[in-house]
Amino acid sequence: MASITMENLGKVYAGNVRAVTDVNIDIADGEMIVLVGPSGCGKSTLLRMVAGLETITEGTLHIGDRVVNQLEPADRDIAMVFQNYALYPHMTVFNNLAYGLKNRGFKKAEIDRRVKEAAQMLEIGAFLDRKPRQLSGGQRQRVAMGRALVREPAAFLFDEPLSNLDAKLRVQMRVEIRQLQKRLRTTSLYVTHDQLEALTMADRLVVLNGGRIEQIGTPMDVYSHPATTFVAGFIGSPAMNMLPAEYMRGLVSADSLAHLPVKADLIGIRPEDLSLAPAAEDEMSLSGRLMLLEPAGAESHLHLSFEGIKETMVVRLPHVPDVVEGATLTFSIKREKLHPFDVTSGKRVA
Amino acid sequence: MQTKRMTFSSSWLPYALLAPQVIITLIFFIWPASQALYQSLLRQDIFGLRTEFVWFANFERLFADPLYLNSMKVTFWFSVGTTLLSMSIALLFAVMVNRMIRSRDSYTTFLVWPYAVAPAIAGVLWWFIFNPSIGIMPYVLDGFGYNWNHRSSGTDAMIMVIIAAAWKQISYNFLFFLAGLQSIPHSLIEAAAIDGASRFKRFWTIVFPLLSPITFFLMVVNIVYAMFDTFGVIHATTEGGPSQATNILVYKVYRDGFVNLNLGSSAAQSVILMAIVVALTVAQFRYIERRVNY
Repeated sequence: MASITMENLGKVYAGNVRAVTDVNIDIADGEMIVLVGPSGCGKSTLLRMVAGLETITEGTLHIGDRVVNQLEPADRDIAMVFQNYALYPHMTVFNNLAYGLKNRGFKKAEIDRRVKEAAQMLEIGAFLDRKPRQLSGGQRQRVAMGRALVREPAAFLFDEPLSNLDAKLRVQMRVEIRQLQKRLRTTSLYVTHDQLEALTMADRLVVLNGGRIEQIGTPMDVYSHPATTFVAGFIGSPAMNMLPAEYMRGLVSADSLAHLPVKADLIGIRPEDLSLAPAAEDEMSLSGRLMLLEPAGAESHLHLSFEGIKETMVVRLPHVPDVVEGATLTFSIKREKLHPFDVTSGKRVA
Repeated sequence: MQTKRMTFSSSWLPYALLAPQVIITLIFFIWPASQALYQSLLRQDIFGLRTEFVWFANFERLFADPLYLNSMKVTFWFSVGTTLLSMSIALLFAVMVNRMIRSRDSYTTFLVWPYAVAPAIAGVLWWFIFNPSIGIMPYVLDGFGYNWNHRSSGTDAMIMVIIAAAWKQISYNFLFFLAGLQSIPHSLIEAAAIDGASRFKRFWTIVFPLLSPITFFLMVVNIVYAMFDTFGVIHATTEGGPSQATNILVYKVYRDGFVNLNLGSSAAQSVILMAIVVALTVAQFRYIERRVNY
């Protein structure tokens, strides 16, 4: 159990290729931090720097009260779950779990106890004599988890551990990993490109883009107050709608947008914040032409276009409305639900 | 598994397409092999005037002949030595080259060159290097107080032919080992590093076991090479000497048949070799097919 502190971490590869820039994160003991971002954003590199699989070229990394910049992966007291599980194919499940303990000179009885315990926790006790190739994807995932678990490390590192599973199994394992982490209270760093995984699993999530941190915060904080247009577009599905403020100002009465800073020239609207109900006192209304109605069972997605601008808008309703495509619909939205951004800096204003 | 079945419009076309391969096999394998089989049951007098059918007398004689049994022993040590030497050096090179990033391709190219050298040339090359009068190695060894002479010492001669035969095969083994190393997912090595295994331990507990199918395949190929393809090496250097110390089975077939003109015995020996190579090939296919992946 330990905290992890990253101070101004940076990674520059040979040939002056920059992967990570100036990352500062404080991970409290027992906290689950999710690094999320599109592919190539440096999230895996950052995780591998923490693991010791990539050298740290800038900044300082603390695990517990030690600076671990120069330590070998084995000496950092961390365990990692790989995307492809990286199970040793020629060893049985038991030996896969025991390998790290054997290397550290644990007594046979202690190894037995820990492996049995982890196997029971992950319900893989029946497969201990099998080789990895005889297991299904979900079982392999559990073995990979078990290998991290038996070590009882200071921190778990997860590198997109669920991306090789099918959708159903992914949801199930997501829940299990989170429950396990909450039970063990082991500090965890989890990398994913899936914003839903990030929102559901994180104590706090870190949104990365181009090797830099865009925002750190609790899932709800990041969702309801995205700090940049990138975060606004990346977190949430369907993505946040972005309409030019100039167009919005022309649409609605002047005082409707008076509460927003003058600098705001881009207005973000979450698809679910719009409703078909008539606008109330603290709401504004917005009309557009319905191009496409996508019913999705419990909810529906309405794609709207506007006269004079190329931007379109998606509205998510918790029901399937009785409307026809081509009709002009008027939606209402609470004024406080508008997200004002500055186009040039990409940052949220106010 | 899905089996693909071609349908031909005319019935003779598939036979015509197969014919070249079948004809080549018939002329260059089946016919000489059956000749050898037949010859091995005959005995000819020195001038080739009389031929007698003797059933298995040639084989009986061979297995009672101390020279032949010695040749088997020599072949065994020669094969084991050549295989071990060429495979271990190739593995060492492959591991080292695999660690490189930028110069990997040029090293690979250089290391493959010896494979293009004919066995006889490789033999001559090492014969010069080890030549007791003009070679560099005896001179160096003399500095260490060792008097090298492969013309009189059977051990020296054996070491020389093993080095010459192994040298050529290193390239081939190296390529396979390198491909094998590159097919091991890097994350396995990383996982082992996190699991606290030292570099040395990672190699012997993860990398080497994962290379085992390739190692086994190469072992069979190298034994076959050492037993059957090294005629040139022996012929160009020691000619089986001194006093039979490097007279491997293949070389003995040639000596007994074409120099000593004992065709029946020579044919019997080649039949035995044929049986050995068949056995090795069968073993390889059986084993490899069973554990092609983990």
